[in-house]
Amino acid sequence: MFKDIEHLIRLAAVIAIGLLAFVVLRAAVVPRSFGEYGHYRGAAIGEIAARPIAFAGHETCEACHTDVVDQKKLGKHVVVACEACHGAQARHADDPGSVKPAKLDTAVVCARCHEANAAKPKNFPQVATADHAGGIACDTCHQPHHPKIEAAKIEETKIEEAKSSTAKTPTEGKK
Amino acid sequence: MDISRRRMLVLLPAAAVAWKFVLAGTPEASPNFKLTEHWWGMLIDIPKCIGCGSCVRACAEENDVPEGYYRTWIERYHVTDWKIEKPEVESPDGGKNGFPPHADDGGKNFFVPKLCNHCADSPCTQVCPVGATFISPDGVVLVDKSYCLGCRYCVQACPYGCRFINPKTNTAEKCSLCYHRISKGLTTACCEVCPTGARQLADLKNPKDPIHEFLKTHTVQVLKPHMATGAKVFYNGMDGSVR
Amino acid sequence: MAIPVEGFMYPNEVELQWSILIVLYPFITGLVAGAFILASLERVFRVEAVKPTYRLALLTALSFLLVAPLPLQLHLGHPERSLEMYLTPHRSSAMAMFGFVYLWYLMGVLLLEIWLDYRREIVLLSQTASGWKRVAYRVLTLGSHNVSERSLRIDERLGYFITLIGIPSAFLLHGYVGFIFGSIKANPWWSSPLMPIVFVFSAMVSGIAAVMLLYMLTARLRGQAIDMRCLDKIAQYLLYTFIIDFSLEMLDLLQRVYEADESFRSLDFMVHTRLWTSQVIVQILMGTVTPIALLALMQVLKLKDVVRKRVYALAGCLTVMGIFAMRWNVVIGGQLFSKSFLGYTTYKMGFATREGLLPAIALMILPFFILWFLVKLLPPWGETLPAAAELRQREAASVLS
Repeated sequence: MFKDIEHLIRLAAVIAIGLLAFVVLRAAVVPRSFGEYGHYRGAAIGEIAARPIAFAGHETCEACHTDVVDQKKLGKHVVVACEACHGAQARHADDPGSVKPAKLDTAVVCARCHEANAAKPKNFPQVATADHAGGIACDTCHQPHHPKIEAAKIEETKIEEAKSSTAKTPTEGKK
Repeated sequence: MDISRRRMLVLLPAAAVAWKFVLAGTPEASPNFKLTEHWWGMLIDIPKCIGCGSCVRACAEENDVPEGYYRTWIERYHVTDWKIEKPEVESPDGGKNGFPPHADDGGKNFFVPKLCNHCADSPCTQVCPVGATFISPDGVVLVDKSYCLGCRYCVQACPYGCRFINPKTNTAEKCSLCYHRISKGLTTACCEVCPTGARQLADLKNPKDPIHEFLKTHTVQVLKPHMATGAKVFYNGMDGSVR
Repeated sequence: MAIPVEGFMYPNEVELQWSILIVLYPFITGLVAGAFILASLERVFRVEAVKPTYRLALLTALSFLLVAPLPLQLHLGHPERSLEMYLTPHRSSAMAMFGFVYLWYLMGVLLLEIWLDYRREIVLLSQTASGWKRVAYRVLTLGSHNVSERSLRIDERLGYFITLIGIPSAFLLHGYVGFIFGSIKANPWWSSPLMPIVFVFSAMVSGIAAVMLLYMLTARLRGQAIDMRCLDKIAQYLLYTFIIDFSLEMLDLLQRVYEADESFRSLDFMVHTRLWTSQVIVQILMGTVTPIALLALMQVLKLKDVVRKRVYALAGCLTVMGIFAMRWNVVIGGQLFSKSFLGYTTYKMGFATREGLLPAIALMILPFFILWFLVKLLPPWGETLPAAAELRQREAASVLS
């Protein structure tokens, strides 16, 4: 009787071997940490968290640059993080001696936020830089860490302008 | 003024301790970073966004985002009168270099930063065939790029369009809420550089987090609530025209 | 990115994710399911008329099923990791579960059914064939040479049972593909409970049409007469299935147009512009309405055999083309519009790239090569093998003595 289903028994054996091979393969290949927290490789969390940072974070900057902190405290830019303008500085924070931040071009950096645009909130300080400054660098008049120009300073600048007869030349940026 | 040369890694005290464990390869074992003590989200304050693009640039730098793909981006909306179902929207290069000037034509304008919403009931993790994308115990939807097949099912399943395939790794990628930063006690790159505080990281499980007070006193929404994704990015002052 | 965009799309949406290879995949599995259903018409529903196509349908199904995973492999970012779907399948993912449906269908249904049906010939040929074929047959016998009446009867019963399970399995095979799309709530072009059902019926249509065409083609190549009773019956089943399929698709369309929800305006515009040729002209007019009209006409008019054959051939070709267009419209169409409903992108199909037109064409031709090989190994045309007849005579003689 078994002779007549011999081929089916052999087939069943082939299937059983296949299933066994699958189970063995699974045990060998599936990563150990799989399923630790859920249906994923638990070790992935650690790997993702171990990525090096590029932005140091303003608290790191402030630990050393206390003078700038004092300056900023007086003005509106107190809420602006250092790296918003200066870019990612984790490498500088890691090795302040060798890695120096690049000098910023205020015409580019300031305009990003303060260039007038109808889409920006009305109460946000913005100017059409072409009309406002006529091409001179923003830091000619504004100190970026404390951008508000005092009334006395504005008068002083106006007197300077009146004195010079020819086109203005951009002066060196103040610290 | 001279900065005295100090060669030291100055991080927040908590982050400094965590750093030890990170270097050992087991950040989740760090004593001050218990995975289950956090439930991360973000708060976006639309009236404060000025569309400067700092967040998009910072994210690209922090996370090596390839050109032409965006882990976060900004959309500019222009709504005319009552036509809130037909806004004009643009996002030139994701808003990375700000937006071109526009004449004031009397319409309503505003900026909407977008990113992965780190959904609590995320449709993308539901469809991943192998478990390469998942929600961490602290509420961040992450991608295991050494396990991802690149089948793109998750990209199709995301209602918000925040996913893409990284052409260098051929795996799915998206905003990771700067998991490598927030697990060290820092904030995300985008929140760090936002000059107006329009973007703020939120820890929904932390009772002292200012988001709880904010949610109580402001009108907030999530994107596409009808999708029931459990999105954890909350938008303050979001107009009905936002898609 | 040089991809032309109209209106607004989320920045990451501009590039299409699923290419022509993903259009090919449901098309191929559809042919498989359809061919199998036709085969099972004979086995389970005892439709004698279609018996001449039984084995051919099974081999066709196998040829296409073997090719089905290939477009997926070419599409994956990391095909070397595809085994992960079997090792750590995510149970909530339709795609992962489909891997097992595919495996079940290939191993538990199709291969088993073919093996059981051909076993007698395999055993005989393992003793009489020569060269590589002999080796192949010997492996296929699994070492058992019992072809007694009783064993063959057991095979017959088991085969019937397998076919019985095979019918819902075939529905599951292709319905699941429909579910893979239909369950994506983020995409309103795909998200619909009708999707799996529409996919199943369009699969049956394409499979039946494909087998009909193959039967006509192989008969002609072999210089054999076509059994018109068989052909008429197949055409009849094709017509009925097509009517159901068309009704379902029209129902979906009607509902969308009537309800006109948020996505409707965007989708409607897309159909009228970017999808006009492939959806309205190719899929609906040329690929559905015309073949239905032709087939219906053949049921009513009593035309000469040679005319009917030509009409069936035309209808069959148009059908297959129409079902391919349907897959295209679903897969590509679903990615042409923005999920913001404010814009549209363009599909830039490469030619000789990994996911381009050339590999797609190659993958569509490959099953015919496999079929040619299978037909050589396991002839489906039930001619008595001279060697087999001799063997039987010898066996009979040994029993008597």
